[in-house]
Amino acid sequence: MSTPIIEIKDVNKWYGEFHVLKDVCLEVAKGEKVVVCGPSGSGKSTMIRCINRLEEHQSGRIAVDGIELGDDVKAVEAVRRRVGMVFQSFNLFPHLTVLENLTLAPVKVAGVAPREAESTAMALLERVRIPEQAGKFPGQLSGGQQQRVAIARALCLKPAVMLFDEPTSALDPEMVGEVLDVMSGLAAEGMTMICVTHEMGFARAVADTMVFMDEGRIVEVAPPAQFFQSPANERTRRFLGKIIGH
Amino acid sequence: MGGLAGLWGSRRFRGLVYQALVIGGVIAVGGWLVRNTLTNLELRGIATGFGFLGREAGFDISESLIPYTPADTYARALLVGLLNTLLISALGIVFATLIGTAVGVMRLSGNWLMARLCGVYVEAVRNVPLLLQLFVWYGLVTTLPGARQALNPLPGVFLSNRGLVIPGLDWSGGGWPVLDLPRLAGFNFTGGLTLSPEFAALLAGLTVYTAAFIAEIVRAGILSVPKGQVEAARALGLSKGQTLRLVVLPQALRVIVPPLTSQYLNVTKNSPLAIAIGYPDLVAVSNTAINQTGQAVESVALVMGVFLCISLGLSALMNWYNKRVALVSK
Ligand SMILES: Nc1ncnc2c1ncn2[C@@H]1O[C@H](COP(=O)(O)OP(=O)(O)OP(=O)(O)O)[C@@H](O)[C@H]1O
Ligand SMILES: [Mg+2]
Repeated sequence: MSTPIIEIKDVNKWYGEFHVLKDVCLEVAKGEKVVVCGPSGSGKSTMIRCINRLEEHQSGRIAVDGIELGDDVKAVEAVRRRVGMVFQSFNLFPHLTVLENLTLAPVKVAGVAPREAESTAMALLERVRIPEQAGKFPGQLSGGQQQRVAIARALCLKPAVMLFDEPTSALDPEMVGEVLDVMSGLAAEGMTMICVTHEMGFARAVADTMVFMDEGRIVEVAPPAQFFQSPANERTRRFLGKIIGH
Repeated sequence: MGGLAGLWGSRRFRGLVYQALVIGGVIAVGGWLVRNTLTNLELRGIATGFGFLGREAGFDISESLIPYTPADTYARALLVGLLNTLLISALGIVFATLIGTAVGVMRLSGNWLMARLCGVYVEAVRNVPLLLQLFVWYGLVTTLPGARQALNPLPGVFLSNRGLVIPGLDWSGGGWPVLDLPRLAGFNFTGGLTLSPEFAALLAGLTVYTAAFIAEIVRAGILSVPKGQVEAARALGLSKGQTLRLVVLPQALRVIVPPLTSQYLNVTKNSPLAIAIGYPDLVAVSNTAINQTGQAVESVALVMGVFLCISLGLSALMNWYNKRVALVSK
């Protein structure tokens, strides 16, 4: 197997006294789709936010595409150029139009010419199927539309990896499908993805690897078939029982 | 009788009666005041009306943006004062906004020392009366060395008890202006722009005082922007400065602009404190005019009218700007 695009090795993180991540190890290969699940407060968000250094880890090693994350600002910038992120609460910039949301980083960070950035942005809006909303402001869109814009925005810098932190949790049920469709499309095109989500249908269909976290540790890593049919860990079993129900 | 009692029972009717009584009272008091004033003025032989504006003022004004001599009219003297008020207000607003924004941002910066220093500045300045601060600034400016020993912090900038001298632009050549650097000639400077010690002290006082309030407004505005906005910008690779400039401040503006408007109005309304240190603003000039003509009612009415116009104009401008920065939503 080729070298992993994301390497997380023996990572520990504390918030003051509170030990959030405990000896976390995870490797993600190029093109691999990883779905992370686990109870609330288990450290899922914290882990993926460490990958683009929205959070700092205190020990261990995190590297993306061979670039190790540390205090070096240049390295952090380089990693952020390679990693796109989609948040639970969309976090679109409300003072900019949809198109401006998409062109901001390419123009200001990557130095792409505005014309070129706009045509790339329009192509991405086609891909998430809302090109007609380009001139609107985020506040004028539905939740599902906003999240699709957020995905397009994250794709604007042509990232090698996409991180999703519960992208459908803030959506009304009837809008979950349209966002998952876009994500499935992305997966089908070979994007490397790490998704924190409790959408188990999506996980079954798309994931190469399931990761279960509990109390700051990665408790189980398995392909979906095995993960759902015969989870090795007792805590995984209990969690799946609760979440899938019946 | 029953009809009238029924009418009195109606809340609407009672309201109308009360309002009529209040308006009648106001008119009566106002009329009495006017009559009383007119009789008093007549007794003391003071003329009324705005005729004095066309007469010769006969007093000098220490600094003016337009040519002025004591032979000019009261109207022109008041115009000189008005221009001075507008100049000090405009410069005060610009500098207070720049410094206040910088301090507000630094108070939130990760740098502990910077944040602390800015905090001390804000608390110290906000809690001391502006008038006292003006005396301190004026004291500082007038204890500066003479022109020959002037402080020269930047090339072309001289600070002495003659005031602050900065490079100016010389338009006399026609076409492009040339930089006019001040230089020492005898006991004073020639060339460049000279700001009098009074002007410098008033500008420093108004700026430093107002900037402290603006810093708090900017800080609150920045804190009102959800954390997710910063995270999204950082995740896209924007630097800290870009995040502040392109994402946080534009959104903070809708929280900042309304209270900022009242600070801008305060700069204008505080500028008459100029009188305490002898800067000839509109109020100082009109004061001299009142002393000479005795026409206090007209002069005060004129000054009040002018301040009202400045305030309303400023408010209208800021309201228009506020509409522009408002967020669009469903
Ligand atoms: N900035 C912070 N300071 C202190 N504690 C924090 C901070 N952020 C998160 N935590 C704590 O760290 C733990 C892990 O948080 P995290 O957000 O990673 O959990 P999660 O698995 O994503 O949960 P959820 O499913 O609710 O999103 C939680 O107990 C949380 O309270
Ligand atoms: Mg989370």
